[in-house]
Amino acid sequence: MARAGAALRPLRGRDPLGLRRALAGWLLPALVGAMALLAALAIAGAAGAGRLAERWEQAAAGQVIVQVPPAQAEAALARLRALPGVAEASVVAEERLRALLAPWLGEVPGLPLPVMIELRLTERAGEAALREAAAAIPGAQLERRGEAVTQALRVAEGVRGLAFVLLGIIAAVAVALVAVATRAGLAARRETITILHELGARDADIAGRFAARLALLCAGGALAGLAVALPALWLLAEAAIPVALSRPAAAADLPWAPLGLLPPAAAGIGWLTARLAVGAWLRRLP
Amino acid sequence: MVRFSGVGLCYPEGRGAWALQGLDFLLPEGSFTWLLGPSGAGKTSVLGLMHLRLRPSIGRVEVLGQDPARLPRGLLPGLRRRIGVVFQDYRLLPHLSAFENVALPLRIQGVTEARLRADVTEMLRWVGLAERAEAAPAALSGGEQQRLALARAVIARPALLVADEPTGNLDAVQARRVLSLLRELHRLGTTVVVATHSEELPEEYPAPALRLEGGRLLRHG
Repeated sequence: MARAGAALRPLRGRDPLGLRRALAGWLLPALVGAMALLAALAIAGAAGAGRLAERWEQAAAGQVIVQVPPAQAEAALARLRALPGVAEASVVAEERLRALLAPWLGEVPGLPLPVMIELRLTERAGEAALREAAAAIPGAQLERRGEAVTQALRVAEGVRGLAFVLLGIIAAVAVALVAVATRAGLAARRETITILHELGARDADIAGRFAARLALLCAGGALAGLAVALPALWLLAEAAIPVALSRPAAAADLPWAPLGLLPPAAAGIGWLTARLAVGAWLRRLP
Repeated sequence: MVRFSGVGLCYPEGRGAWALQGLDFLLPEGSFTWLLGPSGAGKTSVLGLMHLRLRPSIGRVEVLGQDPARLPRGLLPGLRRRIGVVFQDYRLLPHLSAFENVALPLRIQGVTEARLRADVTEMLRWVGLAERAEAAPAALSGGEQQRLALARAVIARPALLVADEPTGNLDAVQARRVLSLLRELHRLGTTVVVATHSEELPEEYPAPALRLEGGRLLRHG
């Protein structure tokens, strides 16, 4: 016979609580999978909105149109090129302007048009210097492509905020799901747990068994949810390329790091929720 | 050593009727004690206090020299591991085999698989269940389940063994077999407390007795 009173060590053995049977259903992994799918969409939405906003902002920040009377064109061009932060300044060809106006005005060869000078600015470009230079050119008008972009940026920020709120709600629902599953497991194994407790199993060992089982189920569910989400996200990223103002590979555009964290995060939620719930229940025992 | 000092117990949680009242006794280390009395006398409650399933409503219980009420919660499992229990209804785990049921206390202690296998096999042989090691409890007869419960209670060689009606559902031959196992354990130095409503068993194995009636101790010795 073995000696009693050995040092306290974790409960060993092959599933003495019978949790593989008590917590064997597909419902929890399926629900966690659905949560992971939503979370992946929210993460991708937040990341995509952020990336689009960044690109729009960069594009808008770098482009300015200065409209000048034809007589001032050469002097204005020289003056603007000399400004610090102006990487490029060029006159928009009259043919291009007329082509742009043709759908609205028709062919009007005699119509006088202002000269459009298109500027591409670097990050060093000073707003004040640019305005000062434009003001010094008689009849010049400065036009930034900013207003529409500012609106779009606000929308993008809103989408990001909404995505984070959604992630919070998903995490809360996942916690509730695990808590319900844990209670079901406790109800199914109440007698077994009580016996193990009376035989001297530590609360931490019993709760740890539940936590490990639920972490596994949650991680599996999240992996499945992610597997379903990835093709959808890929297609969405491909579809977003035209509005992203650039053309990187769609796969590179996906937020891989946060998406990769979904299964461990789900496992963490499962582990911690089960650990706390079972621990609280065990503390009621003498 | 088990000491009860002015122990009373009422259900539920000190607000109901008194199941035990004014219990004072001392069971020396290595003793064998019968706990006698009719059904409902409070025998199971006394055993419940001894193996820490219950806490006294009043008074003080010391088990193996420790007062569980004063022990930090983290140390209670260690004390429980030194107590073997044969429950009246066996309380075997239905989803585990006979082998795994007996192995449970050793697994809880973290005994290595190799040592555990040898110990459990020997224990199953000792209680005459070596051939039924892989059987589920439901596939065993009442007598076999009782012996399996006894094997689980003593596999970790507890310092204190409490047995609640361990022969209750057995025929005379099986009862004698279980009793001889308990005597053997006592001979090996374990403090043994056996609750029974049988009057014949104590006659077969004379030993000090606690006689309960209506939750009160009628006689000690």
